[in-house]
Amino acid sequence: MAYSKKVIDHYEKPRNVGSFDKEETNIGTGLVGAPACGDVMKLQIKVNDQGVIEDAKFKTFGCGSAIASSSLVTEWVKGKTLEQAACIRNTEIAHHLALPPVKIHCSILAEDAIKAAIEDYRAKQASASLTGKVVA
Amino acid sequence: MVRSMFPNLHASVLMPAEQIYLDYQATTPCDPRVLEKMLPYFSGIFGNPHSRNHPHGWMADVIKADEREIIFTSGATESNNMAIKGVAYFYQNQKKHIITCVTEHKCVLDSCRRLEQQGFQMTYLPVQANGLIDLQTLRDAITDSTLLVSIMAVNNEIGVIQPLYEIGKICREKGVFFHTDAAQAVGKIALDVNEMNIDLLSISGHKVYGPKGIGALFVRRKPRVRMNALTSGGGQERGMRSGTLPTPLCVGLGEACALAFQEMATESERIYKLNQRLYNGLTQRLSHVYLNGDAVHRIPGNLNLSFAYVEGEGLMMGIKDLSVSSGSACTSSSLEPSYVLRALGVEEELAHTSIRFGIGRFTTKEEIDIAIDKVVGAVERLREMSPLWEMAQEGIDLKSIQWAAH
Repeated sequence: MAYSKKVIDHYEKPRNVGSFDKEETNIGTGLVGAPACGDVMKLQIKVNDQGVIEDAKFKTFGCGSAIASSSLVTEWVKGKTLEQAACIRNTEIAHHLALPPVKIHCSILAEDAIKAAIEDYRAKQASASLTGKVVA
Repeated sequence: MVRSMFPNLHASVLMPAEQIYLDYQATTPCDPRVLEKMLPYFSGIFGNPHSRNHPHGWMADVIKADEREIIFTSGATESNNMAIKGVAYFYQNQKKHIITCVTEHKCVLDSCRRLEQQGFQMTYLPVQANGLIDLQTLRDAITDSTLLVSIMAVNNEIGVIQPLYEIGKICREKGVFFHTDAAQAVGKIALDVNEMNIDLLSISGHKVYGPKGIGALFVRRKPRVRMNALTSGGGQERGMRSGTLPTPLCVGLGEACALAFQEMATESERIYKLNQRLYNGLTQRLSHVYLNGDAVHRIPGNLNLSFAYVEGEGLMMGIKDLSVSSGSACTSSSLEPSYVLRALGVEEELAHTSIRFGIGRFTTKEEIDIAIDKVVGAVERLREMSPLWEMAQEGIDLKSIQWAAH
């Protein structure tokens, strides 16, 4: 399969590989996909008090396109507010990486990973503020 | 021997420089000695191969058949189609049940599906975890209406050798024809159509260092196997396969079989050592590497391994200087991993991590050592990047997670 230059670049020099402590309240973790389908992405975002994503990390089990898609979104979400990050569409990812039709699912998974990470962060904030009120 | 005659062989015959070819079950390069034999037939000698007995005879030797039992075809795909459909159509008024196996090559399975649509009954035998069929299951599947058993000699993905002698014995005892797709077996294991009671046997040219576009089918004369021809025409090849044969290709296949036969013993030993060198080199440096298919009943040239927590296609991209195949079907629209590995009961997640290494005539020890380094490097890098590897290291049971299938 012929990969685009951008996919190869992200595959060979993946950005932001790694993990944050998922127990931290300012971290949102999204784990999407399934081993049986051949793709699993873990995307983590670190969010500051202003609701801006100041850092992101990923780990991916999958083909070159899956690795490139997740690497790319770690770059894209940085500096964005949660609302802005939630607006990233798989079509933009697929277009940027010139993914062939059979690899579109990789970009869909990356979009799902962002949403899952944001959701996780918001759920944590909600439960933290709830706990806070009880304590107060 | 061939390497001393052609010192630059692997560089010149195979692909771009620096590329290491380890995909000998996919196809093999034409041996220069075969090409040399073929060349005169493209120009000077333009005789008709139907009137020359040589290539038929060389072919026959490798499977211990009679030269009159060999029919040239365009390849193993055509041979398999001919054997299964040709026999089915001829005997359809007497018997309409055919037995094959779930790990057969697509051309066998698709021929069977076609017959099924036309009213034949099929039994697709399962395989055991080692990739071999169970003989009792075969015996139990045979009924009074069973016409043909078609079981491959050597599997193309996992290299396992089916118990041909035992299958042949059961078939002969029950009065059922036995066809075997031997595309991956010729020149790799000893074949004897009489001892093994094989009635039909398919051969491929490009899997035995011969040219592409040529193959053969052995059709037993005593007791005679009859079949309907799938092509109509001048009645060449005993009326079973009309059409003028490509003389240079027939000569090439004959020579390729002769060479494979002569060198089988020494080559098997050499290739087995390379196989063990590769297996040991990888498993000593990497944990969680699993062999797919029986460890003993397999051809020396095949090593099919699952590298847990690393997806196969992603791994292939990391070892792009090595030509190998993956059981992961990430490129296919179905996203289904190899049906062969699934039939063995290999879990889908492990099937996605499999790589097939094919070692062959032109593989060197140096190439194996380079391959080990490259694979180890890529697997280590990708495991560091794999969320599954991270979870496994943390002691999380991946099966305890509710994965959302997509």
